[in-house]
Amino acid sequence: MRRILVLLCLVALATAAAAERTLTAESAGEAATLTVYSGREEKFVQPLFDRFTQLTGIELRVRYGDSAELAATIAEEGGNSPADLFFSQDAGALGVLGAEGRLRVLPDRTLARVGRRFRAPGKRWVGTSGRARVVAYNTDALRRDELPRTIWGYTNPRFRGKIGLPPTNASFQAFVTAMRLTAGEDRTRDWLTAIRANQPKLYAKNSQILTALASREIEVGFVNHYYLYQLLEQQPDAPVRNQFFQGRDPGALVNVAGVGIVATTKQGRAAQRLVDFLLGKEAQRYFAQGPGRAEYPLVPGIKPRVGLPGLRNIQGPNVSLGSLGRQLERTLQLLNEVGFTR
Amino acid sequence: MRRPGGAGRLPLLLAVPAVVTVGLVLLPLAYLALRAGTGGSEAWSVLDPGPTARLVLDTALLVAAVVAASVAVALPLAWLVTRTDLPGRRLWAAAAALPLVIPSYVAALALLGALGPRGLLQGLLERVLGVERLPEIYGLSGAVLALTLSTYPYVFLLAAAALRGLDPAQEEAARSLGLSPLASFRRVTLPSLRPALGAGGLLVALYTLSDFGAVSLMQYPALTRAVYLQYQALFNRTPAAVLALVLVALTAVLLVLESRYARRARMLVSGRGTAQPARPVALGRWRWPALAFCSLVLGLFLVLPVGVLVYWAVRVPALGARVDLPWSEVGNSLFGSALAAAVAVVAVLPIAVLAQRYSSRWTRALERLSFTGNALPGIVIALSLVFFAARYGGRIYQTLPLLVFAYVVRFLPQALAATGAALRGVSPRVEEAARGLGRRPAAVLLTVTVPLVRPGILAGAALVFLSAMKELPATLLLRPIGFDTLATEIWSATTVGAYSEAAPAALLLIAVSAPFVYVLAARREAGGFGARVE
Repeated sequence: MRRILVLLCLVALATAAAAERTLTAESAGEAATLTVYSGREEKFVQPLFDRFTQLTGIELRVRYGDSAELAATIAEEGGNSPADLFFSQDAGALGVLGAEGRLRVLPDRTLARVGRRFRAPGKRWVGTSGRARVVAYNTDALRRDELPRTIWGYTNPRFRGKIGLPPTNASFQAFVTAMRLTAGEDRTRDWLTAIRANQPKLYAKNSQILTALASREIEVGFVNHYYLYQLLEQQPDAPVRNQFFQGRDPGALVNVAGVGIVATTKQGRAAQRLVDFLLGKEAQRYFAQGPGRAEYPLVPGIKPRVGLPGLRNIQGPNVSLGSLGRQLERTLQLLNEVGFTR
Repeated sequence: MRRPGGAGRLPLLLAVPAVVTVGLVLLPLAYLALRAGTGGSEAWSVLDPGPTARLVLDTALLVAAVVAASVAVALPLAWLVTRTDLPGRRLWAAAAALPLVIPSYVAALALLGALGPRGLLQGLLERVLGVERLPEIYGLSGAVLALTLSTYPYVFLLAAAALRGLDPAQEEAARSLGLSPLASFRRVTLPSLRPALGAGGLLVALYTLSDFGAVSLMQYPALTRAVYLQYQALFNRTPAAVLALVLVALTAVLLVLESRYARRARMLVSGRGTAQPARPVALGRWRWPALAFCSLVLGLFLVLPVGVLVYWAVRVPALGARVDLPWSEVGNSLFGSALAAAVAVVAVLPIAVLAQRYSSRWTRALERLSFTGNALPGIVIALSLVFFAARYGGRIYQTLPLLVFAYVVRFLPQALAATGAALRGVSPRVEEAARGLGRRPAAVLLTVTVPLVRPGILAGAALVFLSAMKELPATLLLRPIGFDTLATEIWSATTVGAYSEAAPAALLLIAVSAPFVYVLAARREAGGFGARVE
């Protein structure tokens, strides 16, 4: 018993130290502070946020999570929401919040900086960077001309056991939704069923698929285009490349990460500055270039990473990006029925 | 009217806090039910009978498999270290309890690192034998392995304690009546172990049902993972609430089943014998297979995971990456868990005193309701509190107090069991004497009762502290912005697939927990691990 007492005393000491630090940190934050809900990964965006603070003196408190989860949280919080800004990994989550009036209308000069395809028709969110769906493949296993020209071709039994895909990943789900909306429910179900019959390997993360491709655990993977560059950053000679699709192929969906200002914010001006910063040259370059980064910049004048096809050349399925969110529930049901999420 | 051992009327001083505590404990469940109920018929469509039934079946299958595996591992171990002349059995006994410090998600990520595709073992085999692929670890096999690792010590500790306390006279009688050693074990020893195995099995089953980390990492379709996936992926949150209620129902079924089993088992145990230690069985030639078994279990469940973590922690800096030890996360983990432990032991005191000293139908009902936390997996409490606080929480929303509240609701039963057991060991006559000498009831409570049950209170605090340190889903959902703990640090490394980066935090979590587990496991009296379920 004395031993427990000693342990508890030690804990109390450590606790007191931690508490003091927490309290002093809290009282320091008197200046303008924005609360950001970020569906984008901490590792990826924190340097950008730090730069913003450095430039403007505006402190950012960032809650990291999954985009849909954070969108639902903002909806749930209603007038009680501490969030000023929502930085989402995909347009669907923004579309849902926008449609519910939980985001503010953005000024036209902000919206006009990106192409019509990458902003909300209702003006409540704007894309900040683009991410194309691709099939990444192992170049030792397959030549480029052996790959199907369309996503529909991967039902071929030749790919049995060689496909990797992330069924719980939001980008993958957005692609399936786009397929449903353009090709119809039945064709999508048939495609999913045939892919399932091809015994794909299921992964939780896109990055795991790239690693598996590099080691030839699988030969093709359904992922976003920029994960390849994260892999090449770590293994420069990895035998993996991207295959982009042409025309209106659902496999060529270009989704965006984007941002919206939460309707209940009391700091509209500061929030607007962060939105403009994310569309500014420095941030746009940050998304597009640098170690392991290769997203598409959306503001004209900033070039994408060398080697990427221009956004103009990737048409993708004819869907409104913001509408993909509302449709998600049905997509999840479909994936569940076909047996992907179990 | 005076009740035996009681002091007459219910003192408001105790009744009011006890009722308030129980009310708060019930809040998450009540709100969740309300939320699921008002979701409209569309929300209930997630409960497609087919997929939902499969989820329930898959979850039940996992629970059954983990319980079976834990007993299969723990029972022979317990017998070997208590009843045989196994060489070094003290050492084996101490080591066998150690995996308790490894939370399931740490176990899962270490096992994936070692045995997963492109893991350390496969890399080794490829270099030596050219093996390119190992059997699939994702799914049921991996989940069972990781969860057995984290849970078999419960069964082991309880079974070993029971074997030590067993009267050898019965077995000797059975042998002298002509039963073979094996038959006497099966027909005499095993039935007497039933209460211990039942209690251990229940702990394992509850742990497995509420586990979120291991099943997620191993991609096994358990209910907790389904709840989280729904919560994470959908803008409509009612489906997550509905699935969470299904999970609660399953847990409740389990608790009812166990209480039946325990009642039946108690009848089988006749009077306690004299405390004569059993003569150890001479293993003879069987010593070698026995040692091989112990080495295999501990090699797989202790040496391997810890070895993988240490290897990662040491190797990563060699690749040139900078390793920051997560000290602020250590501080946050300690801070949050210590608060939870302190609040929990204070909160259970009135309930325990009422139930023990003013025993009536009402006070016993209060006590039983306080055990609700046992039926509420962390993800369920967190989900409900996220809903509730986001709407009505005002200033408490996204603050540390809310997170601590979740811990307290979840782990209150552990503090209550420990305090209650200690209270039973203290004669009410002492308190009566103090009152007879003129002390007021409140003063008696603070100056007589509390000091006497202090060991139980401290053990309860240590249990709550340990559990809160390891708790993942509640921390993940409820932590304030910027409040990273060791558990969330480990988790965020796994969400980006960087398993090896979780190693420093995982080792620190183990290092901080280990002394507590050692002290608690060494305790034989009430309030140790054996008293966790009441």
